Amino acid sequence: MTLDFSTLLPYTDQILHGLMTTLWLTAVTTMAGIALAIVVAYLRDGASKGRPSLVSRLLGGYVEVIRNTPFIVQLFFLFFGLPALGIPISATVAALLAMTLNLGAYTAEILRAGIDSTQRGQHEAARALGLSRLQSFRHVVLVPAFSRVYPSLISQCIIVMLGSAVVSQISVFDLTYAANFIQSRNFRGFEVYLVVTLIYLLLAVGLRLAFEFVGRRLFAFRQGGSA
Amino acid sequence: MALVSVKDLHKSFGELEVLKGIDLEVEAGEVVSIIGRSGSGKSTLLRCLNQLERHDWGTIVLADQRLDGAAMSPGELSQNVGMVFQSFNLFPHKTVVENVMLAPLVVKQTPRGEARRIAESVLAKVGMSEKVDAYPAQLSGGQQQRVAIARALAMNPKVLLCDEVTSALDPELVGEVLRVLEELAREGMTLILVTHEMKFARDVSDRVVFMHQGRIHESGDPQTLFTQPRTPELSQFIASVL
Amino acid sequence: MTDFTLWDIVRNLLLAGRWTVVLSLIAFAGGALVGLVLTLARMGGLKPIRWLIRLYVDLFQGTPLLMQLFLAYFGAAVLGFDVSAWTAASVALTLFTSAFLCDIWRGCVEAVPSGQWQASRVLGLNYLQSMRHVILPQALRLAVPPTVGFSVQVIKGTALASVIGFVELTKAGTMLNNAAFAPFTIFALVALGYFILCYPLSRYARHLEKKLYGAGIR
Repeated sequence: MTLDFSTLLPYTDQILHGLMTTLWLTAVTTMAGIALAIVVAYLRDGASKGRPSLVSRLLGGYVEVIRNTPFIVQLFFLFFGLPALGIPISATVAALLAMTLNLGAYTAEILRAGIDSTQRGQHEAARALGLSRLQSFRHVVLVPAFSRVYPSLISQCIIVMLGSAVVSQISVFDLTYAANFIQSRNFRGFEVYLVVTLIYLLLAVGLRLAFEFVGRRLFAFRQGGSA
Repeated sequence: MALVSVKDLHKSFGELEVLKGIDLEVEAGEVVSIIGRSGSGKSTLLRCLNQLERHDWGTIVLADQRLDGAAMSPGELSQNVGMVFQSFNLFPHKTVVENVMLAPLVVKQTPRGEARRIAESVLAKVGMSEKVDAYPAQLSGGQQQRVAIARALAMNPKVLLCDEVTSALDPELVGEVLRVLEELAREGMTLILVTHEMKFARDVSDRVVFMHQGRIHESGDPQTLFTQPRTPELSQFIASVL
Repeated sequence: MTDFTLWDIVRNLLLAGRWTVVLSLIAFAGGALVGLVLTLARMGGLKPIRWLIRLYVDLFQGTPLLMQLFLAYFGAAVLGFDVSAWTAASVALTLFTSAFLCDIWRGCVEAVPSGQWQASRVLGLNYLQSMRHVILPQALRLAVPPTVGFSVQVIKGTALASVIGFVELTKAGTMLNNAAFAPFTIFALVALGYFILCYPLSRYARHLEKKLYGAGIR
């Protein structure tokens, strides 16, 4: 058994290209997915006070379908299924859409736990000040709810970043696609995948650190002590 | 014409009737303390006055305007009636000044500069000018409650409701909050307080209302009420708290 | 596509679905076994052992499952074995599952109050005895809901075995689609297959969690 990593060197460009794709897919998806989750959580939260409305049921169905089917099937369904319905979709758009829908569903559930743990007094104070339900959600409920579930949110974003390896299967030139590409040229599968796996590991660590950094700024209000 | 006029107010939670017909008039500039045992309905009465609870029957009129039902939007209501809670309920992710500015900005659409000016003036009034950029978690309970009072005042309400505002405070912090309320009373603010601070009720109120089992059992000026209670229930209550 | 009736598609998917179930069972059983050993070693072992296990867990949680599958597949070849997709998928999914279960179970053991350890040590029980008679029974109760919940991740994870050529539900879907070209129907049915397997487990996990922590959890 011999390992030879030197045959990887000519392919640095491909790896960098794939890395950039994985990075920007993750960045866009994280923002879009969180935005989607906020909308879903708001609409479901409203309905949970009374009898679940049709909208709430539909959104609940969306969350359950995403959570109980594999990401790769969601991706194939969008990429192969939508064109068959007459909706043309590029591989990149399919990847972005699938990742966003996936992260959105999980994050909506995570966020809901945070929203549910809002103290009643916060709602009452907002109402007594005359804030509408939407104003109260936006200005009073949302940020503390995020701060409470932030660790779960970080994990979920990392899971989606790692899961994005699958978009290589619809020919999006991401990190994994780069690995497959190189492997098909130099036939050094193990070495290529080992290196790319390590890059993913570094990405996961980096993403966590970045999130924690942002979290410390965003949720500075949680630290007590004298002003 | 009274500023606040409550007529025949009823409220039940399921089977339990908490308010069994309340009539109460409060003049502009008057300070009214509501006392009574827990479960007597005093907090519910206060919470009906700004519609945190919807009453089942009766009317609430404020400055010639019905405020119950859909007669007044939450936005209008908050510019007429302010409320301070037992547990402060400051917004933890907003600084002191942001807490105070929120409702003027969002509900009243006050321009930012103007909202800031209002916030600074009400914070000065409660003695919190030094802490405008602190977060609630960095403040003592007494300081938090003073900010909560400022937050309510920023909407320039006609009447301020105070729901046991010192009950969650350590004893040594009670004084600073009561002093702020006293000052407000002196300036002519209309105050309706649910309180366990009998000394404060006696010294600062124009009138004390004793609630018992969902009704106003006795009411009158504090001196008479505390020294010559007419009913055995009030006598017992006074004996138990003094 | 006229050659394929809906029944043909469904029948083929059902046949392939068997292998999704079998692979899930292998991965879960194997993962539970390895995970249990790792959990025990991690709780009691020496510092370097604990550190190694932590590294193992972090490696599997910090890299894509797809890469783990590729590495198992190509790694075996480097070592001189000619492995089938079956073996590679079983091994990779077992290790993947063991890492996650080890992490979940460690959390459960640590959730048992430390007073329980002290009490059993004071009574003269050694490490294994305390573990067996005092700690594990309590940790087990806590462990059931998240373990059932994670089984859903295992089932969904088996879909990636399709990428290294293992013919299970997802791979059958892509193969059928190549022949029948009815992607919307086929992938909807594939998704439905996973949903039928996963949803009851999700519901059950949530039910168990509610029972454990009282109704206030949601």
